[in-house]
Amino acid sequence: MTAALLTLADSRLPAGGHAHSGGVEQAIAMGVLTDAGSLTTFLRRRLATSGAVAAGLAAAACGGGDLAALDAEADARTPSPALRAASRQQGRGLVRVGRRAWPSAAWDELPALPHHAIALGVAAAAGGLGPRDAAQAAAYLSVSGPATAAQRLLAMDPLTVAAITARLAPEVDDVATRAVADGLPAATDPLLDLLAEVHATRKDRIFAS
Amino acid sequence: MPPDHNLDDYVDAPGAHRHGGPLRVGLGGPVGSGKTALAAALCRTLGEEFDLAVVTNDIYTTEDADFLRRNAVLPDDRIEAVQTGCCPHTAIRDDITANLDAVELLEARHPGLELVFVESGGDNLTASFSYGLIDVQIFVLDVAGGDKVPRKGGPGVTAADLLVVNKTDLAPMVGADLDVMRRDSAAVRGGKPTLLISLRDEPTAAAVADWVREQIRVRVPA
Repeated sequence: MTAALLTLADSRLPAGGHAHSGGVEQAIAMGVLTDAGSLTTFLRRRLATSGAVAAGLAAAACGGGDLAALDAEADARTPSPALRAASRQQGRGLVRVGRRAWPSAAWDELPALPHHAIALGVAAAAGGLGPRDAAQAAAYLSVSGPATAAQRLLAMDPLTVAAITARLAPEVDDVATRAVADGLPAATDPLLDLLAEVHATRKDRIFAS
Repeated sequence: MPPDHNLDDYVDAPGAHRHGGPLRVGLGGPVGSGKTALAAALCRTLGEEFDLAVVTNDIYTTEDADFLRRNAVLPDDRIEAVQTGCCPHTAIRDDITANLDAVELLEARHPGLELVFVESGGDNLTASFSYGLIDVQIFVLDVAGGDKVPRKGGPGVTAADLLVVNKTDLAPMVGADLDVMRRDSAAVRGGKPTLLISLRDEPTAAAVADWVREQIRVRVPA
């Protein structure tokens, strides 16, 4: 691992992630997520589905895969239009900061509004990282952002939320390992799709997704 | 290893107006000080002269945007609201991605755009805009918040390119001393301008509009 991975996974990297809750805002609104226990369950589900898919896509994009084809693979694995839009919005943000942080010709090969996982793979490669690192960042980000969103929205104890995220580390590692070994996963969670679609219609949302 | 490059290439140029395209004016300040009312007044006053648009950063995304639609005679396609994920301060200073997206969207939609106001969500005295997002920033206080506020300072009060103290008409009712506010502002602002206004008495915000005109003029020499 190089320090570039720490930068890539840092929630303070100004790529726009702070305004996305990964379904947490709507899960709270619908009473699905209420406390530390249900947050842990929510994050596990997220990691095993959209986290695993993002990890696989990021690893493939980092490893020199056809970026346009991978972007289409990301579309195919994201049935919710709201989630596709959220992913492309975050991909655009990551490209903006990634270009400045790690100049590389690879940025120009990306589509205009790439999926976040594809941009993450390119950022990892441009930063001198490998596919396993890209998968690691994708898997970690699939839970770290939503955990922070829950902390803010429910005024949870930040120490508890930090502990929840920290204790998911073995599972995050496992998802990253399998993303490299097993190729592109196609896991999906209808709950996350549903939450995102309902959330997108709300006028009173604080988070972008 | 990542490609070598010269960090100096990325060091921000000092001063204002480093962004191409329209002049971007940040409007910050505490809740209730009159940011949205000032934005609406400036849009009305300057809307005939300049091709302009507004980005809002509200708690909920449409409150300020709806106010602007009603009060600023701005069509929907000139107002973009961004979500700030419970952190209005982050969205204007630490991670400006969503606001940059909104500004770029407005620029793409209106190629002749000359002026964009970026209105922050109501925040505290430490809130300020990143110059990665805006060219110049206005910090809006109000008299009813107490005449001690300029003395308390904070980045918004001390470093904003223009400090506006709004609601001077309320001064007698809340026991605020405008001379104290004027003097304390001058003391902490190192020569940068402060304007005391009342949008109720003078709804065109003419003095602030003049300041904005000057920012556009110095940026594009005639």
